[in-house]
Amino acid sequence: MEIDKIDRIIDKHQSESSSLIQILLDIQSENHWLPKEALERVGEKLQVPSSRIQHIATFYKAFSLVPKGRHEVHICVGTACHVRGATQVLDIVQDLTGIKPGETDLDLKFSLETVNCLGCCALGPVMEIDGKTHGKMAPAKTAEVLKNYE
Amino acid sequence: MNKAKIMSQLKTPAELEEFRKGILLKRDPNKPCITLCSGSACHATGSGEVAVSIEEELEKQGLSAEVDIRRTGCHGFCERGPIIVIYPEEICYLQITPEDVPEIVSQTIKEKKVIDRLLCTDPSVSEKIIHESEIPFYKHQERLVFGSNGSIDPKSIDDYLAIGGYSALSKSLSEMSAEQVIEEVKKSNLRGRGGGGFPAGSKWEGSRNAPEEIKYVIVNADEGDPGAYMDRALLEGNPHAILEGLTIGAYAIGAHEGYIYVRQEYPLAVENVNIAIMKAEEYGLLGKNILDSGFDFKVIVHQGAGAFVCGESTALMTALEGRVGEPRPKYVRSNIKGLWERPSVLNNVETWANVPLIINKGAEWFAQIGTEGSKGTKIFSLVGKINNTGLVEVPMGMTLHDIIYKIGGGIPGGKKFKAVQTGGPSGGCLPEEHLGLQVGFDELTKAGSMMGSGGMIILDEDTCMVDVARYFIAFLTDESCGKCVPCREGLRQMLKILTNITEGKGKEGDIELLEVLSETAMEASLCALGKSAPNPFLSTLRYFRDEYEAHIKEKRCPALYCKELVAYYIDPGKCKACGICAKKCPAEAIDGAKKMIHIIDQEKCTKCGTCFEVCPTKFGALTKISGEPVPPPVPEEERIIIRKSKKK
Repeated sequence: MEIDKIDRIIDKHQSESSSLIQILLDIQSENHWLPKEALERVGEKLQVPSSRIQHIATFYKAFSLVPKGRHEVHICVGTACHVRGATQVLDIVQDLTGIKPGETDLDLKFSLETVNCLGCCALGPVMEIDGKTHGKMAPAKTAEVLKNYE
Repeated sequence: MNKAKIMSQLKTPAELEEFRKGILLKRDPNKPCITLCSGSACHATGSGEVAVSIEEELEKQGLSAEVDIRRTGCHGFCERGPIIVIYPEEICYLQITPEDVPEIVSQTIKEKKVIDRLLCTDPSVSEKIIHESEIPFYKHQERLVFGSNGSIDPKSIDDYLAIGGYSALSKSLSEMSAEQVIEEVKKSNLRGRGGGGFPAGSKWEGSRNAPEEIKYVIVNADEGDPGAYMDRALLEGNPHAILEGLTIGAYAIGAHEGYIYVRQEYPLAVENVNIAIMKAEEYGLLGKNILDSGFDFKVIVHQGAGAFVCGESTALMTALEGRVGEPRPKYVRSNIKGLWERPSVLNNVETWANVPLIINKGAEWFAQIGTEGSKGTKIFSLVGKINNTGLVEVPMGMTLHDIIYKIGGGIPGGKKFKAVQTGGPSGGCLPEEHLGLQVGFDELTKAGSMMGSGGMIILDEDTCMVDVARYFIAFLTDESCGKCVPCREGLRQMLKILTNITEGKGKEGDIELLEVLSETAMEASLCALGKSAPNPFLSTLRYFRDEYEAHIKEKRCPALYCKELVAYYIDPGKCKACGICAKKCPAEAIDGAKKMIHIIDQEKCTKCGTCFEVCPTKFGALTKISGEPVPPPVPEEERIIIRKSKKK
């Protein structure tokens, strides 16, 4: 990620250290992960020790310290989806992609995450790929959906 | 949409009323208006595409100028989305696709004819239902807070003003002293909707009386309960109501700065609330000297980065300060020493949204709704194994039975009700014998569960209660901030034991050990997360002890859910050798051929459940077995299926 892009985000928040989380969120949403250089730049500009940045980047779920794959797969494991069989959906996705939640495959094809409630409980179990919601999932149907992604 | 530009800010209450009259004058109540639910759930089912095709079709049929389109927030009936309601007749169509649109425009809009097949059907009513308010799902609700969602475009401040918006703020600022506002809220006995149930008026009074000069008001929109989304629907669908409540609260305690802490997972809520703030500033309903009262107030949106514990008041305030959201001890309450050590009133989205109602209609009116200890209404997120999934708002005191059966329409697939889980991860499960319970803060707590923020998850006979406990403890283990040992380490051990039980590795004494760990976590954790974390275990043990014992002693899962305790088996008497299961099995564990009974190789089977899903219901040959050995495979010579000849 280019330095001036990072600087622009920091400037948007007036370089205030109380905006640290908001700045990291903006970087995450633009770049999909937090590269080391970006964190160093933020620490330098905000005069915040990197221990505090690491603490925040590892505490909150929204941040990733590793690059993401081309397709981000989110399996909802909220309570409603869970009781409707989200575990089976998660299992089959893990089997087919060979990765666990929080991981990205070696070809950078898929990144897998579990999320707690996407708020579409009527459609549960829900799988979201690149922001598109796939509802009423079941093992065989999940396999069909995953086939469509290259 | 109202195109009138606001030339200058609204400077006085009289100007606000004048402007409101202007909006209403320009609106013809008889002009057809198509409202389309555009909440997140309907969006997922395609309401975006429907909106586009409505616009195109109106254009095509030359009706663009004669018909209004309004994209509203969530209507609540998520099960049957996307929903459209056509005014002034209030004709409600459900599960609309873009293909239905041309017919809707040519028939209903042009010819005023109702299209039968798009109407709501309900097993409890013999005829099809035309009007939204007559649908049983809505009929039994009392939608005081949530009802406006269906009639306004959340991005339009004029829509909110048209339904009387900001009149409560105007009244507070011009006719009431800060003390009078607090007195009114105290008299209404409004209790916090986020879970704690703390009386809002007392909280406000504490902050008002605190000596510090600078104070804050905060909206807690860090809705972390998995399976609950009412705050999101309010913030997405009616952001001005929350802003209005917040501004009234700020005036009452003497704060000039407010924060909205909202999950970044709710992008539409963030967008709509930001637009609302911008519009309110433009209109002079936020900012300096609001409506000539001398009162200044500004609001800042802060996005949460994903941590359940940040819903806890002190953790949320720490997160607002730009740090890791860990709770701190409450020797001094946060309404006295909160954000940056200053008096801070933090209330939940729904609590704030109730405030304008109380100011407008009075504390007496509010207090007559509900039960002795719980006043007003509550929005519940009714989800899980229920026919009508959605958001429902009911008066406090309605029974669980009425919510689940009258509004929710009961359990799908003819299955049997097992339990209702309320209160989110910190709540508990209530069995059938408690269905007569009236919902309220104290009532639910007494029965071993809690109100929480309003999650209501229905469980049926296929749900394993040990697994439900394991699920919540796993959630809380993951979300524990790690500050207190009994929560951080205790929950981890509880999860280990519960996982063992669901995997058939449970042993005598496990239940007792879990009870000891529960007691320690409840006694020795700092915040509500740890203190209430054992609830899911304790409440399921209280009402479903037999399920725990079946798992431990008989290695049997009565609900046939726990993977390690269940085997899949093809009933040789029912298998018709259609071959679908063998074709779909990802583990290639099913052996069979044409006219040959299929057999699952138990060694190869990964228990993914695919065969169970794809076996045609008319055959129903796939069964699950738990607690007993799988019958031996049929001998080779008996596997040939001889089909009965069609000729007799």
